[in-house]
Amino acid sequence: MVPIAYYLVLSAILFSIGVAAFLIKRNIITVFMSIELMLNAVNLTFVAFAHHWHQVSGQIFVFFVMVVAAAEAAVGLAIIIALFRTRATLNVDQVDLMKL
Amino acid sequence: MTSSLHLWLIPIVPFAGFLVNGLLGRRFPKALVTTVAWVATLIPFLHVLNIALHFSSLTLPYTENVGTWITAGSFHADFAFALDQLTLIMLLVVTGVGFLIHLYSAGYMAHEEGYWRFFAYLNLFMFFMLTLVLAENFLLMFVGWEGVGLASYLLIGFYFTKDSAANAGKKAFVVNRIGDFGFLLAMFLLIAHFGTLSFSEVFGQISQHPEWQGGFLTAIALFLVLGATGKSAQIPLYVWLPDAMEGPTPVSALIHAATMVTAGVYMVARAHLIFDRSPFALSTVAIIGAATALFAATIGLVQTDIKRVLAYSTVSQLGYMFLACGVGAYSSGIFHLLTHAFFKALLFLSAGSVIHALSGEQDMRVMGGLRKKIPITFWTMTMAVFAICGIPPFAGFFSKDEILYQAFVSPNPIGKLVWFVGLFTAGLTAFYMFRLWYLTFFGESRAQEAAHDDHGHGHSHGVHESPWIMLGPLVILAILSVIGGWVGVPEALGGHAEIDHFLSPVLQVAPEAAEGGKSLELLLAIVSVVTGAIGWFIAHLLYFAKPELRAQLAAKVRGLHSLLLNKYWIDELYGAVIVTPVLLVSRYVLKGLFDTGVITGGGLALGYTTQGIGSVVQRIQSGNIRSYAGWLALGAAALLLLTYFGFGAHLSF
Repeated sequence: MVPIAYYLVLSAILFSIGVAAFLIKRNIITVFMSIELMLNAVNLTFVAFAHHWHQVSGQIFVFFVMVVAAAEAAVGLAIIIALFRTRATLNVDQVDLMKL
Repeated sequence: MTSSLHLWLIPIVPFAGFLVNGLLGRRFPKALVTTVAWVATLIPFLHVLNIALHFSSLTLPYTENVGTWITAGSFHADFAFALDQLTLIMLLVVTGVGFLIHLYSAGYMAHEEGYWRFFAYLNLFMFFMLTLVLAENFLLMFVGWEGVGLASYLLIGFYFTKDSAANAGKKAFVVNRIGDFGFLLAMFLLIAHFGTLSFSEVFGQISQHPEWQGGFLTAIALFLVLGATGKSAQIPLYVWLPDAMEGPTPVSALIHAATMVTAGVYMVARAHLIFDRSPFALSTVAIIGAATALFAATIGLVQTDIKRVLAYSTVSQLGYMFLACGVGAYSSGIFHLLTHAFFKALLFLSAGSVIHALSGEQDMRVMGGLRKKIPITFWTMTMAVFAICGIPPFAGFFSKDEILYQAFVSPNPIGKLVWFVGLFTAGLTAFYMFRLWYLTFFGESRAQEAAHDDHGHGHSHGVHESPWIMLGPLVILAILSVIGGWVGVPEALGGHAEIDHFLSPVLQVAPEAAEGGKSLELLLAIVSVVTGAIGWFIAHLLYFAKPELRAQLAAKVRGLHSLLLNKYWIDELYGAVIVTPVLLVSRYVLKGLFDTGVITGGGLALGYTTQGIGSVVQRIQSGNIRSYAGWLALGAAALLLLTYFGFGAHLSF
């Protein structure tokens, strides 16, 4: 049986990659994908703990996270399309109209 | 008659007139403005007349509570009106003389800008004055008190484009504020000691406690006196009244002679139970009155502006009324108030008619010889002059003599002194009034020799008698100035002193003169008439028979003459001692140090600090999504570390 620590370390690595990508990448779609990566890292943690403690609630949380992620993807992609139509760019650094 | 008298109608109708004319008058034709103002004054007058006719069947004092105004704990003040003998006399004076002056104003103001404004203010004044007179408690009286001050301010500054008029209005208002401050303090003391401001309750408590003498009652009385000196133009606060002559002449007649300035006398008479318990306060009133009477009369001797002479004469006559109150002869004071309202209003209105005839000229040095040109004005003015000089049987004779007699027989040790001052002032009064009379109406016209440039007054078409709308009130007031005193013919002269008996339920009358007193009263009357005649004779000599004596006399007493001409330099003194220091403190300490330094400086410092912090902190708000995300990640990491190392011990994972 794989010890839980392995799952957690993997999850932490995935999450860190997600954060790093979010901070580094300029393409908004890549940024979006890194968010998904972070969410899934968290999902992995949930599932690992659910298995470890023999509790089903962790798995149910995962479903919620996936539903929310799907909804977020739908809204987010719509925003990205609208953004691309108006600004003709996917670079997040150029989307700074709210700046002082 | 037990049904309601609807006293509230008396003040509210002029107020309605004020609202109509004040809000809509600008668009009304002049005739409509006049009608509204007249009706709004006529209705209260008729109402008061009606009450006067049924007066004997009333149970007095009659009070009418319109509604509660203030309730705070055990203290409450109501919109309550009261009617008694004193109120009735004041009401008759205010509405009667007020109505006549409204009539007169329509003629006098016919060519003026802001006709509607004038009548709106006049009605506003009537509202406040009637509130003052009818009030059943000190607080409501104070509302009227302040309100007449406001109306007075507005009307003095009626020609507000003229600097001197605007300044005179301000001066009147500021000086009156000092007096109002005294009134306020008196009210605070009343609340502290009686828990109420209602006349009936305060005076009821005083009557039940004959052991209360002096002490806090003296304090209250002295503060009330301070208030009265402001409103009634007594020393030391008289300085605003002569300047108030900048207002239109009908205003001078109504507000600054007949009604408003007598409010102080009315207030002292109304609160006489307080004064009776404080001999010190009474003596103060008597001394202030006598000093003011003499002081103002001496200034009046040499003034050249016809209205200023009358203004100083008003101050002086108000001094007589205070003198009367000070020796405890309140009803004599009110009697003089009544007759003074007639003859002083008449003097001002006649002077207004003279000014009108001369197209705005007020300097007596360029008048003269008007007797033939404006005969009706001459005759009405003559009645008024005879009345104020105390020549029998004109109105002023009876009231003035009664005051002097009461002062003479007063048990107060200063009674004889104030009697002598009053007598001397009577002589001065006769002198300056006949001086005015001779200068204005007799001799040759001096208008030509003082060839002033014709400043395009619009209608300077020679000397002309005023229209009948002005002469009518003059004639009525002239009749009243002759017969007005007959309501108080003393018993020594075969009368019944009706007014004293009428007022006796409100103001206790000084003990009836003994048998020997009657001959004394007769003697004193003769003395004062002789004094008046001497004043007349000197005026006749100097201003009619031998005018060349005048320059010689003025040269002999040059110092005195210039002292009087400059009004004892009181305005300059006040300016140097009070106004200038206040201005300096305001400018350099309050404005310079406090306002600019502390308030503005503090505000600016606060603003700049915020701005500085903002300019540093705003760098966080870069608008760059990734920097926000970075901060977020950093924050999350910091939180994680904090939970792990900081207080991880409490949270076991």
